[in-house]
This record gives sequence, structure tokens and C-alpha cells, in this order.
Amino acid sequence: MLIEQKLTILADAAKYDASCASSGSKGTRTGSRLGTTEGMGICHSYTPDGRCVSLLKILLTNYCIFDCQYCVNRVTSDTPRARFSVEEVVRLTIQFYQRNYIEGLFLSSGIIQNADYTMDQMVLVAKSLRVDHKFGGYIHLKTIPGASDQLLEEAGRWADRLSVNVELPTPADLKMLAPEKKAPEIEEAMDTIKSRIDQFKADRKAGFKPDRFAPAGQSTQMIVGATATPDLDILNTSASLYSKQHLRRVYYSAYSPIPHADARLPGRSPPLVREHRLYQADWLLRFYGFQASELVAEADRNLSLDIDPKLAWALQHRDFFPVDVNRASRELLWRIPGIGTRNVDRILSIRRHHRLCISDLKKLRVAWNRTAPFVITHDHNPGLRSLDKLGLRDQLKVKEKQLLLFDSDESSIDGQL
Amino acid sequence: MQTYTVETFEEWRGIARQLLRSRVSPGDVCFHEQSSQGSLFDAAQEEQSVAAAEATTVISVPPKFLNLARVVACHRDPDRFQLLYRLLWRLTTLDSRLLEVHTDDDVYQVRRMEKAVRRDIHKMHAFVRFRKVISEEGEQFIAWHRPDHRIVRLAVPFFARRFPAMNWAILTPDESVVWNQTELVYGPGCSQRDAPAPDELEDLWRTYYGAIFNPARIKLKAMVREMPLRHWKTLPETEIIQELLDDAPRRVAEMIARQEGHARSAADHLPAELTWDALRDAAVICRGCDLYRDATQTVFGEGPTDARIVLVGEQPGDSEDIAGRPFVGPAGDVLNDALAQAGLNRAEIYVTNAVKHFKFERSETRRLHQKPSAREASACRPWIEAELKLIKPDILVCLGATAAQSLIAPGFSITRQRGEFLPSDWCGSTIATYHPSAILRSPTPAQRQATLSLLVDDLVRVRARLNEITHGTVS
Ligand code: SF4
Ligand code: SF4
Repeated sequence: MLIEQKLTILADAAKYDASCASSGSKGTRTGSRLGTTEGMGICHSYTPDGRCVSLLKILLTNYCIFDCQYCVNRVTSDTPRARFSVEEVVRLTIQFYQRNYIEGLFLSSGIIQNADYTMDQMVLVAKSLRVDHKFGGYIHLKTIPGASDQLLEEAGRWADRLSVNVELPTPADLKMLAPEKKAPEIEEAMDTIKSRIDQFKADRKAGFKPDRFAPAGQSTQMIVGATATPDLDILNTSASLYSKQHLRRVYYSAYSPIPHADARLPGRSPPLVREHRLYQADWLLRFYGFQASELVAEADRNLSLDIDPKLAWALQHRDFFPVDVNRASRELLWRIPGIGTRNVDRILSIRRHHRLCISDLKKLRVAWNRTAPFVITHDHNPGLRSLDKLGLRDQLKVKEKQLLLFDSDESSIDGQL
Repeated sequence: MQTYTVETFEEWRGIARQLLRSRVSPGDVCFHEQSSQGSLFDAAQEEQSVAAAEATTVISVPPKFLNLARVVACHRDPDRFQLLYRLLWRLTTLDSRLLEVHTDDDVYQVRRMEKAVRRDIHKMHAFVRFRKVISEEGEQFIAWHRPDHRIVRLAVPFFARRFPAMNWAILTPDESVVWNQTELVYGPGCSQRDAPAPDELEDLWRTYYGAIFNPARIKLKAMVREMPLRHWKTLPETEIIQELLDDAPRRVAEMIARQEGHARSAADHLPAELTWDALRDAAVICRGCDLYRDATQTVFGEGPTDARIVLVGEQPGDSEDIAGRPFVGPAGDVLNDALAQAGLNRAEIYVTNAVKHFKFERSETRRLHQKPSAREASACRPWIEAELKLIKPDILVCLGATAAQSLIAPGFSITRQRGEFLPSDWCGSTIATYHPSAILRSPTPAQRQATLSLLVDDLVRVRARLNEITHGTVS
């Protein structure tokens, strides 16, 4: 099979993977002759679906012996199959990198023979890039569930980031749709990686020069909308992954229907906006001091789709407002709809010089319409009247609902809510 | 009013320093970009100011501001130097922490320029596309790029760090730069005509770009916002955007057509209530996959329904298909022989298959066995699962890979993992061994004998295990 055909099949098979970021690694590997991982991830291109192209994101192979019901590559699917050799992936990565098309490689794979064999092939790709080609660019390896600790260890040595996909929000979901994948196995792999990362950090702190181990940390992905599991459970899973396993990111990927799907799977994707609301809620968990239980107040234990979760919280807690931007603490400022963490920092420093007015907030590009009912500035006090209005929710809904339902909301990407 | 011609940050810094020392307020000075007055006059004044200032105060400027000014100086706005001086004046004479006030008009403007320049640098890092050129001097990677602002010197050290061991050059209208693996050498600007010919890798890059695009989601505005049209000329992948868009409706229609309908499986034919009679009746008319079409009949399991041992083969063969009973052909003979050697009585065992219809290919004279696909095995699994649920055997024996992969683990290998008792979802003592037809297929009599004795060994283990379970030494 020609390399073009393989690339078509194996890039297509990887395209639903949500994690494309190349950020998180500080400094470049010593001894590198090609490639750096400095700074924030660079998007080298954008496809007409509006998504960024940063890494060469491919599968080593889409042959797979597993039968995960939500996946096009499952053994019982009749999708066209291909397999790259280790050398082919290495060559493609180097050639693309030299021309400045990409930041690096994101490699995952279907399972061939068994978990260890597959993981070993992936590790060989990373090792060859680092050792034979002195490659210093970004490498993200998606680990194979059930691979040995020894292989995880080696993967972490060559990769910037490792991910272990939890796949579905709860162990019960996993049992139903991916019975060959075991929740404890996934957790164990995360534990192994976490403890190696911790050890690396401790060694470095103690003044040793340990081998690098996944300097960009670990991340995971879960598919939402394949089962009926509500957002509250999803966010609780994420919150525990952040606190227990110290994950850098949890990626949410809206389930997209696959050919000949199992009858237990829904016939259509969840609305994209659900994915965005989850990302927004995820930012609020990590950077705004919110708890999952605070964010999901709806009776059906899901986030509301028509307004963002921060605004939804504010509308449920009107007694908390208005908040005075000239006096309130950082934590209180974080709770104001439309004011992101970056602007909270700015407000706090401007406050030392003068009292903020509406014009200040507008210059900071605060979404004033959304913010106005909730804040007091030097020249604005909404009083309680507007907060008591029953129609406030409708009034604050973004006008272009159309856009919101189909398009990604900026804030789900940059976290400024 | 003093007038200065300034092109670069360094020039501006020198002049600004003198002006500050001589306490020239921003209103009394004017910065030009292109020289319109006698430069001799400027130079004279410059020297004069330096001399005057030397003796006076030391001016401290926050380093943050200098970094900011270095970036803003690359902006193409003709007022940038004026603005920078005004801000510097305010910082040094009025409020040294002015930069914290993001909403101050001057700070706001300077920050906006800074953002524009930084974005431009970022886009240069992203959108430079090298093309490999081979000449007598060897391999060189050359790119042509048009930045919005004068950022070449700020942007290219990044490439030197990233591609230290390549010879590369970046050509821009303002200036060009060459990296010879030791240092950056700047030269005059170039026109796009100087750009090298396309690189052969560009086809492969476009292939990748086309494959990762999701035709079900078109967001052109988002794409153009991040990848402005003015850069498209140098981005090879943009050539196929129109093609991708034109083809998107067809691809989406195809995706939808393929997605339609859920997978068929035997689960659609299972009886509502799980009894032996209902189960056998239902299996007769199963349409869970296409195998029923060409086969004669469903071949269901056979044996006592309270058997302690269940044997699972792959699928019925030619004779079984005609007889409607499992393991009655040549493979059945081998099985009977092996069971007898191991001291097991077939009459006490429930014998069945992972797939219940015969899959074959017709040759001129015979029907040739074909291995069922993973899809067929999974479609048929509900039957074997129901049989096991009803019998709850003490020991489950998988004959061959199809049964083992269906009931133990997807990657199961008979050669490596046979003969070992493992717990499975169906039975605490599950074991896999060779399928009798593997013995029939052995090329030499010696191999035939060797494989048969392994099968017998494993069946002996089954008998021993049965005894242990009976006597309670294992459960
Ligand atoms: S193991 Fe991975 S590739 Fe294989 S079916 Fe499951 S999700 Fe798909
Ligand atoms: S092979 Fe199995 S699933 Fe397919 S039609 Fe026959 S009994 Fe049904």
C-alpha cells in the first residue's frame, strides 16, 4: 500500500481524537539537533472545520483486536485498514517537521497481537525519533490499556506527554460498551505514570539530574454522549482525575455515530454545545474555585445548554450579587459572569491606581451586557431590581443562539468566562 | 519642537534617553519614520544632548517597559515612537507603575500594538513553510514569508533554536536571513519571485490535511480568523481548501448513509424468556448475520443440559451442516478419539460451536470451510452466551482460536496460551486447546500425532480438574 493511502486511512481514523495541543513541555531536551518544545503550542495550520493543526496526529495502525462499541476501528467493523511501519512514521514526522508543518507527533494505535506488542511498537517510534534523529520536538503517546509498567516507563522516557484514556465517564459505562477494557487497569496505568512523574520531580528537586519523564504530564480523553451518564458524573470523574492523578487535561469528545453501531448506542451525536459546556465547566473546576456539584444545578443533573455554566450559577445565586469590582476579593471576582481570570488579575492591579468604571471594564473587553446586572463599579450600581427580574435568563442568553449551538464558544478554548 | 528620524528600537532608545535627561516633554518632540530634514542637524543636537546629560541624573526605566518597547518598535504604525516616548515620559516622571493600568489610553494602545506584533511573530513561527532545495552546496531549506510587521529579527532566533543542524533561509520583503548552522546572517529583502519551487513533500502534507478535516463541521470564519487569507499564498495546503469544501456534502452524505442502521446480531432473535425449548426454536430462524443464507440449517449445541463440561468449537463443517448436529464429520471423529484417550465420555458433555452456521466457499467439487470473521463471531455470540447461562458448567473448553477469542480474550493465541486454566466471564475454569481440525490439517503424520497428543493432554487436564472440583480441592 502506498504511503499516501496509509496516511489517508490512519489520519482519518485519528481525526476524532480531541487532544491536539502541543503545550506543556518547558525547555528542550538536551542534545537535540532538530526541534524544540518551547513556549505555547503553535498551530501550523487550520482546516475548514476551524480546528488547529499542530501535530502529526495518526494511528500506527487501525487494525484492532478489541471490540469497543463506540469505535470505528473495533474488530467487528468493516472500515478499511492499514498499518504503518515504525520507520514510516519516523520518516514522516522528520520530513514534516523539517519543513515546519508540525510541532511534533501524536501517536495512538489500535491493538495488534496484544497490548505489550502494540505499546512496544509505539515506544520504538518515539525512541528512534529521539535517539537516531536527535529529535527534540513534541511527542505525545497514547498508551495502550494493559501494557506493562516497564513499557510505560520507557514511553515516558521518550515522550513529552502520555495519555491513558478513561474512554467513558464511569466504570459501568465501560463495562457496557468496552468490556475488554478494565477500569482498574486504566487507573493503574495512570497511577504508574503519576508516580514516575512525581519521582522525576522529587529527584530533580533533590539536585539530581534524572532522565526526563513525560515533562508535559499526562492527559486523558472521555467520550460523552455515548451513554446516558449525566454531566454531574462526568465532572465528578474529571475532578477526581485532576486531584488524584494530577492530570494536565481531561479532553471531552462528543460521541459521533459509527457505521453498524451496537443498538445500545444513540443514533446521533450529542449537540456539540454539550461538549463546549463541559469544557467551560472544566475550566471553572480548575481555575475558578468551583465544585462540580455547584455547577450542575439542573434537576436532570446536566449542565444547561442555553447559557454558560458560570452564568447559570450566578442566576441561581442572585443573593450573592452584585459584587463590587473595586472591593471584592479575587475569589469573589472569579464568580462574576463574563469576567475571566486574566481580567480579574488586571482589575486587581488597576484597582491600586484608580477606581474602575464601566469604561474600564469595556476596555478590558468584558462582555458588558452579561456582566452589568452582577457588578458594582464606580459609576454603576444595578441595584437589586434587575437581579430580581424573572426574565433575566432570557435576556442574557446570547443572541446568536444558532452560533452557540453549532460553533465552539471561544471561552471553551481559552477558559475566559 | 525637535524632530527625529527613527527606524529601529536602538535608535529610538538612544534618542529617548537623551531627551529624558534633558527633560524634553513629549509635546516638544516629534518622531519621524523617514528622514525629511537634514540629518546632520539631528546628529549635532544628539551629541550636544549627550554631553549635557552625562553629568546629570541616572534614569531608571522598568525593564518590563524596555521589553515592551522593543516589541512595539517593530509595529508598522508611524506613531509608535511618539507613543512610546509619551509613555516613557509618564512612567519616569509621573507614575512608575503606570503599566499596570491596562485601561489607561496610552497603555491600552501600546498593549494593542504589542499584541499585534506578538501575534505576527507567532504566525511567522507557524506559517513559515520550508522547501527543500538541493544545490552544489548541499541541502538547503528555504521559505518565503510576508510578515505584517518588521519582526524578522525578533522572530528568527526561534528557528535557529529549532533547526540548528539544517541550512535554512527565510526571505521576506523587508529583509532576508540565512542560518549556516553557526550564526544568523541578515541580508536585503526579497520579492516572492525569489521563492523556491514547490517541495515534493507538499503533496503528502496536503493528503494529511485533507484526511484530518472533518467535513461534517464547516467553520470557515474560524479558519480564516486564525489563518488570514494574506498568508495563503505560501501555505501549500490552502490549495485544496476549495476542493475539500466542494466535496464535503458528498462525504457527509456518505457518512450518514454508512451510519444508518444498527448492527444486526443474534440478540435481535433471542427469545424473551430463556428456556431450552424457546432457545432452540429461536435459533432455527436466526438472521443475525448473513451466514444463514447459504448454509443448510442452524447447528445448535447438543448434549445434556446439566453437563459439567461444555466444549465450544468454531463452526459446523460440511457434514455437520447437512446433519444439523455438531462434530459429526471428520473433526468429530478426531474429537471422539481424543476424548476416549483422555478417559472422558462424550455423552456427558455438552458440545457446541461459537458460530452456528457453516461458512464456506464453493469450489468445483466441494464446499471449502472459511473462517468466520470477527463480525460474524460477535453477531453469533448471544447464542453461546445463552447456552452457557443456562448450563453454568464447571469447566469450559474452547477448541481453537475463534472460540477462545470470543469467550476468553480478543488477542488469545492457542499456541502460546493453550492448556492453562483461566477464569473467564462464563466459567471459573476455562481452558483453550487445539481444534480437532487443526490435527486434520497437519501436513505430516508425525505432526498430526504431536498435535493430537497435546489435545489429549489438555483433555486429561480437564478430567483432573473435574475431579478436583468434585472433591472440593478447587471451585
Ligand atoms: S482498543 Fe481502541 S482502537 Fe481498539 S476498538 Fe477499542 S477504542 Fe477502538
Ligand atoms: S451464524 Fe449465528 S448469528 Fe449468523 S445467522 Fe447463524 S445463528 Fe444467526
